[in-house]
Amino acid sequence: MIGAAEAWRKAARGALQDGISPDQIMWGDADAPEDLFDTFEVARGRAEAVTVPRSFIALANRVVWHSDPSRFARLYGFVWRLRDAPHLITDRGDADLATLRAMEKNVRRCQHKMKAFVRFREIGEAEANRRSFAAWFEPTHFTVEPTADFFVRRFADMDWRIYTPSVSAVFEDGKLRLEAGCDKPDLPHDGGEELWVTYFQNIFNPARLKVQAMTSEMPKKYWKNMPEAASIPQMIADAPARARAMAEAAPTLPHIRVDRVLAQAQAHQSAWDGPAAGLPAAIRNCARCELACHATQAVLGEGPKTAPLMIVGEQPGDKEDLQGRPFVGPAGQLFDEIAEEVGLDRSQAYVTNAVKHFKFKAQGRRRIHQRPNRSEIDQCRWWLDAEVRRVAPRLIVAMGATAAEALTGNGDAILKRRGTVQIADGHPPVLITLHPSYILRARDIDTRLQAAEQLRVDLRRAVDLVAAPRKLASA
Amino acid sequence: MVQRSVQEKLAILSDAAKYDASCASSGSTKRDSRDGKGLGSNEGSGICHAYAPDGRCISLLKILMTNFCIYDCAYCMNRVSSNVTRARFSVDEVVKLTIDFYRRNYIEGLFLSSGIIRSPDATMEDMVCIARKLRHEEHFRGYIHLKTIPDAAPELIEEAGLLADRLSINVELPTDAAVKSYAPEKKPEQIRAAMADVRLRKEVARDRTHTGRRAPKFAPAGQSTQMIVGADGSNDAAVLGQSTRLYSSYKLKRVYYSAFSPIPDASSKLPLVSPPLQREHRLYQADWLLRFYGFDLDEITGVTPDGNLDLGIDPKLAWALQHRGLFPMDVNRASREMLLRVPGFGVKTVQRILGTRRHRALRYEDLQRMGASLKKARAFITAVGWTPRNLTDSADLRARFAPPPEQLNLL
Repeated sequence: MIGAAEAWRKAARGALQDGISPDQIMWGDADAPEDLFDTFEVARGRAEAVTVPRSFIALANRVVWHSDPSRFARLYGFVWRLRDAPHLITDRGDADLATLRAMEKNVRRCQHKMKAFVRFREIGEAEANRRSFAAWFEPTHFTVEPTADFFVRRFADMDWRIYTPSVSAVFEDGKLRLEAGCDKPDLPHDGGEELWVTYFQNIFNPARLKVQAMTSEMPKKYWKNMPEAASIPQMIADAPARARAMAEAAPTLPHIRVDRVLAQAQAHQSAWDGPAAGLPAAIRNCARCELACHATQAVLGEGPKTAPLMIVGEQPGDKEDLQGRPFVGPAGQLFDEIAEEVGLDRSQAYVTNAVKHFKFKAQGRRRIHQRPNRSEIDQCRWWLDAEVRRVAPRLIVAMGATAAEALTGNGDAILKRRGTVQIADGHPPVLITLHPSYILRARDIDTRLQAAEQLRVDLRRAVDLVAAPRKLASA
Repeated sequence: MVQRSVQEKLAILSDAAKYDASCASSGSTKRDSRDGKGLGSNEGSGICHAYAPDGRCISLLKILMTNFCIYDCAYCMNRVSSNVTRARFSVDEVVKLTIDFYRRNYIEGLFLSSGIIRSPDATMEDMVCIARKLRHEEHFRGYIHLKTIPDAAPELIEEAGLLADRLSINVELPTDAAVKSYAPEKKPEQIRAAMADVRLRKEVARDRTHTGRRAPKFAPAGQSTQMIVGADGSNDAAVLGQSTRLYSSYKLKRVYYSAFSPIPDASSKLPLVSPPLQREHRLYQADWLLRFYGFDLDEITGVTPDGNLDLGIDPKLAWALQHRGLFPMDVNRASREMLLRVPGFGVKTVQRILGTRRHRALRYEDLQRMGASLKKARAFITAVGWTPRNLTDSADLRARFAPPPEQLNLL
C-alpha cells in the first residue's frame, strides 16, 4: 500500500486525460498492488488537460487510505462526473459524494485514533544517546503512511517505530522510512505503563459512570493494545459500590491540625489581599477616598507585629500628618501619660488609627480637624482589617466614636458604652473607651478630670485583660 | 512522615485532581519539534489519548502538585478539614512524569493544579518552576495548562502566562454569596480581578512594540474557568447568566460546568446525592446555543417558569416547542439565523444546506445525507417531498422526544 495516494492520482489523471470512462477501468485491490491500476484495452481518446477542484484532491488524498476495495473506483466515478459538473463537490446531498465524505470521515477518524491510541514502550538502552521507543498498532484503515508525519513532528528527538499488520513506520536518527507490515512483535516490559495505569484508574470518578460515552470515543477494538484498558471492566464493576460508600460515609471530624492551619491561613489573608510585606506601601499609595489628595501622607500603625494589645484612635492629627507617625500630637501625649500611669507599655502595643489620612478644613494658617464621615471610615476599614488580621491581637482598645464604628460597626453612645468589651465572631474582642482628645476639648475641669479617670480605668482594665486571657474570655 | 513512592503519590494526586473538568489541549500556537531539538508538538486541535468510564477524555496529565491545602472550601475533597491522605510531588517528579508519559504518547501535556501550601505565592512559585523546567530544560513543546492562584504575585502570573498555553482560575460557584459561604477563604471579586488581569496581559502581549516586534505570546490558548453546579441553590438562569458575564468580561475560551459529585470524606454542609449529570449536559447545550447559535439568555431560560432548563429535552427543542408559530421552516428559503434555530440542525448541517441550495432545491433525503438529525427536525421543516402537516402543532409533540415517564420509587 505504500505510495497509494500518489499512484492513484497518476493513474486517474492519465485515465481522465485519455477520456476513459469509469466502466472501462478495473481498479485493483490493496492486497495485490501490482494489478492496482489495470485498465482494459480501450480505444484511447484525445488527450486533454483536466482540472479538478482542489477540495476533491484533499478528499481523494484521504479516501485512498480507506480499507474498502471499491474506493478507487468510487473516486474515479465521482471525478468523472465532476468533469461536467464541478459544482457537485459542494453538493452535500449527492449520494456519491456523501459516500466518499463518509469514507473520508472514517479515515480521518482512524488517523485521529492512531495519533491518540498508539502506545510506545521504551526499548532503548538507558545510557543511549537518543531514547528509543516502539509500538504495535492495529488500525482499521491504511493510516500509517498519512499519519507518520504527525509522529515525526512530535517525536523528532527520539527514535521510534510503529509496527502494524500492513505497513510499519520507522524513524531513526531523524529519518523516516516505511516498511512492510509484520506480525505483533514481542516488545519488552516498560515500567512507565504501570504508572500510566495507576493514573488512569485514579483520574476516574466512580460517582459518574458514562460507559457509553467512553466506548463511543474509545471503541473496544482498540483496547487490546492499550495497557490501561485491561482495568476498565473492574473499574466499571466497582464504581457503584465506591460511589455509594462515599455517599454513605459519615462526615469525619477534622484533624486536630486544622485549627492551626486555618489560623495560619488567616494570617495570609486580609481585607487587603497583597503580600503582607507590601501592606505599608499599599497604605501609603492609598487613594480609596478623597482624603488622600489633601493630607500630607498616610500614617501607618506602629508597634510589634505580634503585639497582644492593639490601640485604635480616630485619625492622624496635624502633627501626625506631618511626621507620619501615629499618636505624637497633644492627644497622643496625653494618652502616653495616662498609659504610663496604668503600666501600659506603649512600645509593646500596636498603635494605629481607624482612618489613615488626616481630614481637615483649612482656616487661615491653621488646619481644623474634621471628623471622618461614614464612607471614609468604611473605605479605610479595608486597611484596618488588614492590620487587625496581621497583628491578631488578644484585645483591641477602640478610642472614641470613629474607632468604635470602624471596629464594631456602631459609633453611637460612646459615653454609655465605654468600659464594655464587644465580641464579634472572627474578630478579637474590642474594649470601647473615650478618645484622649475628648479630655482635651472638655470645657470645664470636672468633666475633664472625670473623663481622664474613665480613660485611666479603661486602659488599666485593658492591661489586666491582656495579662489574663481567661478573664478576657469571660469579659 | 513516610516517604511515598512516585506511584503512590500519583494515585493520590490524580485522584485529587479529577474534579477539574477541563482537559482541553486545543487552540494554542502551532509548533512542532521537527528540528530535533525539543520534544512535542501542538497542532491546533487537541487529542484525547484515552477515555475513562466516567465518559471524560484524558488528554493531559491532570494532577495536583500537592493536596495539602490551607483553605477550607466545603465542596473540595482537599480542604484542610478533610481527612484524605495527603501527598506532595517534588518539582522534578512532576517534570519527569510529564516527559515520560509524553514520550510514550499517553498525553498531550500537563494540567497542573495545586492545593495552597504555606502561602499563595509560595505555591504559585513552585508551579511556575515546574513549567519553567519543562520549557527551558526539557525543551518541552507540548501543552501546559496552569491553574492560577488568584492572589499570587503579578510577576508570577506574568511568567506563568508566558510559559503556559492556558491559564485558568475557577469561579467555583455561580453566585458570590455561594462562594462566600462554601469557600470562606476565596473572594469572588479577587477571582474576577485575576481574570481581568489575564485578559489585559493577553491584550498587551498582542500589541507590537514601536519597533514592530511582537511581544511573546501570553497564554495563547486563552483562559477558562469552572463552575460547580448543584452544590448550591442557584437555578440554571443564574448559572448561565454568570457564564455569559464571564465570557463577555474576560473573553474566556470556555466555562466548564461540573456537576457536583460526592467526594470522599465529604463535608457535612453538602448534599451527597448522585451528581446531576443530565443538568450538566443541558447546561453545556445551552452554553453552545448562546455562543454559536445566536440565542439570547432570556430565550433559553425563559422557557420554564423556574428558570431551570427542561431536563427531559434539549434547550433548543424546548425553545422551538414554545415558538411553534415560527415553524415549519422551509429549508430552501429560511435564513442562516433561522436554520440554526431548527432542532436537529447543527452549525455544519446549516452550512451544508446553504452551500447546496445555491445549486438546487433540497429534498428530505438530502438532509439525511447532510447529517441532520431528522427525528427531531422533521416536525419543524418543509423540504421538497416533505411537509410535517399538523405534526408541528400536535399536542403530543413534546412527548415524542421526552423520555417516557418513570415510575417513582415507592420505597
